[in-house]
Amino acid sequence: MTLEYSTAQPAGLLAVKAKGITRHFDEHVALDAIDLEMREGEFVALVGKSGSGKTTLLRILAGLDSPDGGTLLVPEARTVVFQEPRLVQSKRVWRNVNLGLRRGVANKTTAEEALRVVNLEHRVNAWPATLSGGEAQRVALARALVRQPKLLLLDEPFAALDALTRLQMHQLIRELIERFTPATLLVTHDVDEALLLADRVIVLRDGKLATEIVPTDPFPRHPVGPVFTETRRNLLGELGVEI
Amino acid sequence: MTATITPVDVNADAAQAADPTLLPGLVVPRFRRRHKRNPLVGIALRVISIVAVIALWWLEARHVGDPERLPSPLVVYHNFGFLFSQKDLWGQIGISLTRSVKGLVIGATLGFILGALSGLTATGENLIDSPMQLLRFTPFLALIPLFITWFGLGDKPKIILISLACATPVYLNTANAVRNVDRRVVEAARSFGLKRLRLLKEVTFPLALPGILTGLRFSMAVSVLALVAAEQINANSGIGAMMLTAQGNLNTQTVFCCVVLYMSIGICFDAIIRVVEALSLRWRAGVSVR
Repeated sequence: MTLEYSTAQPAGLLAVKAKGITRHFDEHVALDAIDLEMREGEFVALVGKSGSGKTTLLRILAGLDSPDGGTLLVPEARTVVFQEPRLVQSKRVWRNVNLGLRRGVANKTTAEEALRVVNLEHRVNAWPATLSGGEAQRVALARALVRQPKLLLLDEPFAALDALTRLQMHQLIRELIERFTPATLLVTHDVDEALLLADRVIVLRDGKLATEIVPTDPFPRHPVGPVFTETRRNLLGELGVEI
Repeated sequence: MTATITPVDVNADAAQAADPTLLPGLVVPRFRRRHKRNPLVGIALRVISIVAVIALWWLEARHVGDPERLPSPLVVYHNFGFLFSQKDLWGQIGISLTRSVKGLVIGATLGFILGALSGLTATGENLIDSPMQLLRFTPFLALIPLFITWFGLGDKPKIILISLACATPVYLNTANAVRNVDRRVVEAARSFGLKRLRLLKEVTFPLALPGILTGLRFSMAVSVLALVAAEQINANSGIGAMMLTAQGNLNTQTVFCCVVLYMSIGICFDAIIRVVEALSLRWRAGVSVR
């Protein structure tokens, strides 16, 4: 198996179709009848305050949590990159990348290739405990990509990284998504990150989809200029931050 | 509020046949079951498994049909009545329990201190670990005659024997648990000025407690097993002595009663430690897999 360039075009078929997704935690309504459609190769950023239900929705799409109501269709091949790397400390880096894959499908070469994609070919045999934060998170990304996901779920994967590493990760992830074209859902509360990376930014408020913003600048985007500033102000306004 | 729960009910294939705008191969995720089980179910399952064991015993006893070879649970139960009323069983239990608890406390304390020293410092490990491994493989049962010549016939050799046997499980588990405490947390605590005993008391030991308690559980079992052996020294009191006498008289029923007693002591010890775990490890609820 090799990591291939996908030929699928964005704005293609629906990769995610969710209707009326509802989730309660005891009395608290975390998600209130969410409808969400995502197309192949589309990058959607989901922003919202803490406790707005972002991560809950992501976990439901991943199949890690079950909704109390609604209907949902997702691709079989879907992977999650969590906020922390969540590597298995007892396995070397390349074995972490291949974690859970069948031996016939995955071998060291596949892992090496995935690690090359995230610029970590020199850390193939390292132990997770010896990696820096950014390196560990890139291994987690390689682990997600080696499965050739049709849906890539990113749960604030850059939140714990330093600003410089985060910028590099932004570039990297955008490249990877254009190359492999999974539908991608990025959960974040970083407004700039959402506007720089996403085809579509969705604001979640009190468990409901509040607004949708579609940035029109071509990639790679830069956080400068009057249009960006205006969009950013609007988005922050939606989140209750006036600047 | 009662949530109206509509299950996720889309039939993926049907939905897709109807909708050509969907990517082929979409599925309804196989959600992980959320288990929030009634705690009574857990208790019920525990009771059922014990009852099943007793039922199997009863069936087998009926099959054998000879109470001298395999007394049924009912026979053993009646024999308990006899032992309690005629042979001062409570007194014997008290004597045995005292021995086993004394040995356990001494042994577990020893194991804990040595394990902590060995787990925390390299020098400690170099000094302590090898002797402890030697101790671990010492065949104490074979040394009982020697213990009598060294320590006489009273409670002393019995308690020493039990202590030595109880020390190693706590030692091994404590050393390991202390060594495996998240060093980043220890580092953070150090940076806030926690040192030595306070660091141990507030961070290291609480985090190592699950492992230490596992060691203690092993030691509790060992204390009961060592008790059986220890009470064969100058057997005149305790459950072990009663068992030895019954064995000599081919009194199978009483032998069985003694075995059941040892088991009961074991279960009681285990119940105590479960309560201790439940009280002291409440933070683990959000950490453990289950």
